[in-house]
Amino acid sequence: MPSPLLGAVLVDDEALARSLVRQLLAAHPDIRVLAECANGFEAVKAVAETKPDILFLDVQMPQLDGLEVLELIDRDAAGRPAVIFVTAYDQYALKAFDANAVDYLLKPFDRARFDRALERARTRLAAGGAPPALPLGPRGAPLSRVVVKDGVTVTVLPVGKIDYVKAEDDYVLLSSGGRNHIKKQTLASLEVALPRERFVRIHRSYLLNLDRLARVEGSATGAFTAVLIDEARLPVSRAGAQRLRALLGPR
Amino acid sequence: MHPFFTQSGRLGVYLLGWIPLTAILGGLLMLAGGLSLLEAAALATPLGLLYAFLCLSSWYLCRAFPVDSARLLATASALAVASLVAASLWLLSGTTLAWVLALFPVFETLPDRLAHAGPVVFLLGVLLYLLVLAMHYVLEAAEAARGQERRAAELRTLAREAELQALRERLNPHFLFNSLNSIAALVAIRPEEARSMCALLSDFLRTTLGMSERSSISLREELALAHRYLAVERVRFGDRLTLTEDLDDSAFDVAVPPLLLQPLVENAVKHGIGAHIEGGILSLVTRRRGDRISIVVENPADAGSEKPAGAGIGLANVRRRVAACWGDAGHVDAGLSNGRFRVEIELPAGP
Repeated sequence: MPSPLLGAVLVDDEALARSLVRQLLAAHPDIRVLAECANGFEAVKAVAETKPDILFLDVQMPQLDGLEVLELIDRDAAGRPAVIFVTAYDQYALKAFDANAVDYLLKPFDRARFDRALERARTRLAAGGAPPALPLGPRGAPLSRVVVKDGVTVTVLPVGKIDYVKAEDDYVLLSSGGRNHIKKQTLASLEVALPRERFVRIHRSYLLNLDRLARVEGSATGAFTAVLIDEARLPVSRAGAQRLRALLGPR
Repeated sequence: MHPFFTQSGRLGVYLLGWIPLTAILGGLLMLAGGLSLLEAAALATPLGLLYAFLCLSSWYLCRAFPVDSARLLATASALAVASLVAASLWLLSGTTLAWVLALFPVFETLPDRLAHAGPVVFLLGVLLYLLVLAMHYVLEAAEAARGQERRAAELRTLAREAELQALRERLNPHFLFNSLNSIAALVAIRPEEARSMCALLSDFLRTTLGMSERSSISLREELALAHRYLAVERVRFGDRLTLTEDLDDSAFDVAVPPLLLQPLVENAVKHGIGAHIEGGILSLVTRRRGDRISIVVENPADAGSEKPAGAGIGLANVRRRVAACWGDAGHVDAGLSNGRFRVEIELPAGP
């Protein structure tokens, strides 16, 4: 059975690095280069438009790094695109594992190493149905920014600009300056990644940026409501109220 | 506070040294005053101990009158007077002690005998005082020499530490990996360029290794190294790296510590060029203004606008090395201006 034609997208801010991958791919007639991208923004767009089977992804790139790109691209049920990290730095190996990448190529690599990575990708794709990526956990230091996608437009949100986060099934809604952004992530995983002293889980479905809190109102029924600086009102659970009290001191 | 009281070991040794001196006192009392062994021992022991502490006061004199040829006469007179006063006090205490001891029948004749030995004891007192004074001068001189040596050693350590640090950053493995990767890419498509990049890279590394052995190089050589480094990075980044230079060659002969600019140039590429999708302009400027020279490295500011993470370490290193070599005469200024990150090193042009 002839091997299926696979499409690949190459992402690296260095033209020569992309050229090298392209050269090595020339020996593989079953793989076609669909697009080359010099930065993360182009990468998100190209993946959405060309729907590649394989993604060669550099990590250190200006403005949007490879890991953030991974957060933003949609991987289908078969785990497409299979991701091969290509980088000079070995410290991202664990994260690559978390993100369920196929392989991790350390620059500089030779043909043998490259071909082996490609073989792994083919096997993964042929088997179909790769296990879904583990949610990206905290990277050690709390996030200073969150990347979100709207269609193919990527927005980088500094955490200071996030007003609150609302849970919506598998997604979260990040509200910033009156505008809403959707991200495929669970509220729990985001809560762990954001700075703890700044973002409080005030409710099962809400994570609030304390800087935006104007006041907390109580009602006759004993329910609480958080009122934000822009007059938005969010429900506060009993546990949430306790957390707020602990962080803000008695009010 | 007398140093002997802050370093107890010294006090012990000093007091031990007074044992023979006390014995001499005892001997003199017996010879000159005809005291018995018992009387001499009873008198000399406390007197010796007393004078040991009394003589420590000469330290204050030693500090007040440092050896200075201009004031030699004044110093000598002061010290002479002090020794006479000390010896007198000592004799007085001795006499008082003798009278107290005389209350015991066995020491009845003590005061008289002491009176006979008086002048001798006084002379001994003066000599002992001057002896301890001399000891203090010697100790102070030794301390001063030690202090100077300590400072020099500190400076050397600091400079070496900084160089080691620079070297560690110099043999930056990621620079190497990325460069090798670029060469691997060029080999099949532009083999001549691959070869020249191999040579450029080797030149750079060879120069770096050679430099770490030397304590200073000319600014010309330092700039040449930066050029080699940038030539290698140019291949990697292509059009993203644009270098502009304005070099005043009258500054080229100034001596600088090796690898002084490297951390700055490296940071400029990493944060100024690498962090920008479109790259940008890296500029190097050297100027000579009279007896001072200025070296400026400038790059597009990190889009994140906060101080770039890595620049902190490299910059701190440069600051320390400039301080170690030139002290207050060298300045390092770093900051944002017009959307560009600018580091200026200002140094005296002299040796």
